[in-house]
Amino acid sequence: MKPLILSAILTLTAPAAFACDSVTSGDVTVWRAWSKVSIGADRPGVLYVGITNKGNTDDALVGVATPVASLPMLHETVVTDGVASMPHAMKVPIPAGASVVLAPGGYHGMLMGLTAALKDGDRFPATLTFEKAGDITINVEVLPLRAEGPDCGDAGQ
Amino acid sequence: MRLRNLQIALWTMALAASIAFVALRWLPVGPSEETGVAFMPSFDLADATGAMRSSDEFGGKFQLVFFGFTSCPDVCPTTLSEVAQVMDDLGEDAARVQPIFISIDPGRDRRLGLRDYTEAFHPAILGLAGTDAQTRAAAASFKIFFEREADAAAPDGYTMSHSPGLYLIGPDGAWLRQFAYGTPAADILSDLQSRF
Repeated sequence: MKPLILSAILTLTAPAAFACDSVTSGDVTVWRAWSKVSIGADRPGVLYVGITNKGNTDDALVGVATPVASLPMLHETVVTDGVASMPHAMKVPIPAGASVVLAPGGYHGMLMGLTAALKDGDRFPATLTFEKAGDITINVEVLPLRAEGPDCGDAGQ
Repeated sequence: MRLRNLQIALWTMALAASIAFVALRWLPVGPSEETGVAFMPSFDLADATGAMRSSDEFGGKFQLVFFGFTSCPDVCPTTLSEVAQVMDDLGEDAARVQPIFISIDPGRDRRLGLRDYTEAFHPAILGLAGTDAQTRAAAASFKIFFEREADAAAPDGYTMSHSPGLYLIGPDGAWLRQFAYGTPAADILSDLQSRF
């Protein structure tokens, strides 16, 4: 009975909280990690996250790993001369003292090879690998297709 | 002297090739709304059931047309989500607008499921995926650019680059304007409402 009540409480209180979590390792903090519902498992999912580097040296996001996708990669949407392309980004620079937000229309994680369709309310861990700060794992919340990001109040750091 | 003539000839050819390259690269990319030249983009493409659909059948309605592909994780879902929001917010006027998604990767999109994709955003969105030739013809008619790019790391080894705009066609079939990628749904909505 107790675990049931506990899980009920967790379920009721969880929704807003998870996507607004932040995790810090050294000078780097990752925050507001979210994804969108995928349409089936055969099309790629997406990963958006904020990254803040409070240190005095530049760092860079060089990789992403998650158990929900066999082939996660970093990409950047670039619109040049009216044409959108999505080149594979080898790394995302996170300059000293700066915040970089992976968000719709810019840098994003492309989750290829999904093990299952991502559904509204799902949560999954993603491990971001930085050149200097090493690995940081954060929980990612799956939001509806039309979401423009989680509502975290003033959590936009 | 002979060598000099040859050099001049080669440089001239190189310059001509550069100009041709720039022209090809630029000209097909989205028409400007300021050109003032009315044109009538058209398409003849199969829908998810395989039935042929033509731009002619939407006379009397505004058409909101987007070219994309269903394995696109960022640009296409963002734009189609905006279209879905616009359709919801139009209320009763939604019947005056036909949103259309034209696949630039028709073979793969038919295999992955066109209807599943458009319905995930909004049931009003009509998904079209023709043959390669029909798709090229539709893109040329809308003066949009798309290209298949080899990418060993992408699913099936390629990805697509494309004009990401949303195109508005009037009830008479004439081009009205494009909404640049990232135009908020509210702006698209108010533009449409101003035309009713």
